[in-house]
Amino acid sequence: MIDFLRGYEDYLGGWLWEMGIASLATLQLMFVSFWLACAIGMVAALIPMARIKSLNLLVKLYIGFFRGVPVLVILYWIYFALPEMGYEVLVVSSYTAAILGLGIHGGAFLAEIFRSGIESLHKGQMEAALSLGMTPAKAMAYIVLPQAIRVVLPPIANFAVGLLKETALCSIIAAPELMLRAKDLASSSFLPMHAFVMAAVFYYIMSFPLMRAVEYLEVKMGKGLRTG
Amino acid sequence: MPEFWIKMWEWWPEIFPVLLRATAMTVQVMIGALIVALILGMAVALMRISTFKLLRYPALFYTDVMRGTPALVQIFIIYFGLSDLGIEFDPVSAAIIGLGMNGAAYVGEIYRAGIEAIHRGQVEAALSLGMTPVRAMRYIILPQALRLMLPPLCNYAILLVKDTAIISTIAAPEIMFEARRLVQATFMYSISGQIYLICAGFYLALTLPLSQVAKRLEKAKERWR
Amino acid sequence: MKPLLRIVDLHKSFGTLEVLAGISIDVARGEKLSIIGPSGSGKTTLLRCINYLEKPTAGHIYVDDKLIGEKQVNGKFVHLSDRELAKERAEIGFVFQRFNLFPHLTALDNVSVAPRRVLGLEKRDAEERALAMLEKVGLAHKAGEYPERLSGGQQQRVAIARVLVMQPKLILLDEATSALDPELIGEVLKVIRELAEEGRTMIMVTHEIPFAEEISDRVIFMDDGKIVEEGPPHEIFSNPTHERTRVFLRQIIDR
Repeated sequence: MIDFLRGYEDYLGGWLWEMGIASLATLQLMFVSFWLACAIGMVAALIPMARIKSLNLLVKLYIGFFRGVPVLVILYWIYFALPEMGYEVLVVSSYTAAILGLGIHGGAFLAEIFRSGIESLHKGQMEAALSLGMTPAKAMAYIVLPQAIRVVLPPIANFAVGLLKETALCSIIAAPELMLRAKDLASSSFLPMHAFVMAAVFYYIMSFPLMRAVEYLEVKMGKGLRTG
Repeated sequence: MPEFWIKMWEWWPEIFPVLLRATAMTVQVMIGALIVALILGMAVALMRISTFKLLRYPALFYTDVMRGTPALVQIFIIYFGLSDLGIEFDPVSAAIIGLGMNGAAYVGEIYRAGIEAIHRGQVEAALSLGMTPVRAMRYIILPQALRLMLPPLCNYAILLVKDTAIISTIAAPEIMFEARRLVQATFMYSISGQIYLICAGFYLALTLPLSQVAKRLEKAKERWR
Repeated sequence: MKPLLRIVDLHKSFGTLEVLAGISIDVARGEKLSIIGPSGSGKTTLLRCINYLEKPTAGHIYVDDKLIGEKQVNGKFVHLSDRELAKERAEIGFVFQRFNLFPHLTALDNVSVAPRRVLGLEKRDAEERALAMLEKVGLAHKAGEYPERLSGGQQQRVAIARVLVMQPKLILLDEATSALDPELIGEVLKVIRELAEEGRTMIMVTHEIPFAEEISDRVIFMDDGKIVEEGPPHEIFSNPTHERTRVFLRQIIDR
């Protein structure tokens, strides 16, 4: 154990700095793709409520496809395949490709989370709002969504933890983030164990507050609302 | 766009068999990891519900770390890190151990939630009928817990299939690795889109049936509750 | 005098199951109508159709001579838009069996949300009105509580206040007390009785026979999606002409 720690002797200061900066890049990647996923997921969750068959089918295909396929396939598609196929306009930096890939993939998951949140409400809530003279849109805005948000907060926080971990995959398409930096440091120092353990520590530090938030929200929301 | 499909049709005989074989490997890794996760997960769950702190806290910490760090890092530690310390695994074993240990944290949580969800009254009712604690477990608690746990376990299996893609990074010959190799080794850059699309197809062929099963199980659970 | 509510040959089917098989009713302004009948007889569906929570399969509903849920364009009936429908619903109050209070809003907000979001009142005006209504149902002191913290009877009274604040022309009550514990029924019936005494037009689906007898002007007995008989309460309850009505009343009273 002590021998192992000695391995860090020459590198600790430099690595802390390098990985710290890379962690910020990871957080940024996660943050941007999180909002992209939220936007996509919200649209995909609300479209079926408009009851337009063709759009409905499209959303179903989107969710079915992207939930069943690893992020890596999507990242490869965006980063390697699209440019090869002659869509030169779409040649994007690995960083943008990472955001797009994570966002599109995550959107499919969030759509399911949002949908189940909306459906979890007793249908009497919608009816009560309608019977008071609200339009479906108003009922959605003032009655259904405010409640659905409480239901979906814990799974959304959980999704965020998953997303944080998924950013590590973006190192495979060389998007600048923590895992890529750890690989570089591992190969330049010939100390892979040391580098990856330290990367793990950085990831754990980032996911720790999120995981505690999930637990807190689960307890709080679980006790919270009851309908009827 | 039709050109895309024509090319795919032309190259199909070259691509398909390779990726089919790779899918077999993916399934193998997935089943191996699933078995490790199911067994190791039971240990984690039993430790977590134990009243003995020396058992409970390590299990808690294990679960938290496994869930709080990317599987990719864990696998790199096992494959690259341990070999640096003189413990060598071939890529497939490293993948099975890595994904299995990672899965044990999730499976352990599923077990624990399942057991804890069974109402205390059930044990008491069974005991009051004269059952031994073991029989109460066998005939009353486990059948109930199993129905609760099957849907999330099935969902975990889906995640596991998708997680196998990351072991391409340690050169385990599964779908994504073979796909990348096809593209690079045979200079099929121009049909990489087709190749990755077929990859997606193979993954869907594995995950979609599983998610159907998960849906069925979920419905069965609700009917029964 | 023209009836406030006119229902003409209303049909409703769910798939192959016919729940309403041609119902026609007129309700006068200020009339209190009770609908009784075994479960599955279609009485709740009828009430829900009046508020267009269910779309009738055939037939028409008029309130104040205005079609509900549809309009006539070139002689053809077409469904109203969401906005037009909402306007009509705002004039008809619906009290649900399971209250359906909004759990994320306080009692006061539950009552003031419709005046604000539907009538477009200022927050202060809406809350003032809402508080007055809570006072009316005896719950002004619970204005800040969330539904979770209220008893079933209190929740239902808030739900009634929520309806009253919209000053509806017509109030529909769907088994307003049947989800309540026995000791809480009285307080809700008391509020409903007060409404009746104010001369409001009400249609109640109910199992509270003595209460229905006391406050209603007319009673309808439904079975299998049809009106079996109707008349003044004392006639229906003490001297029903149909065997089915008799059987039903005996079961209810023996319970």
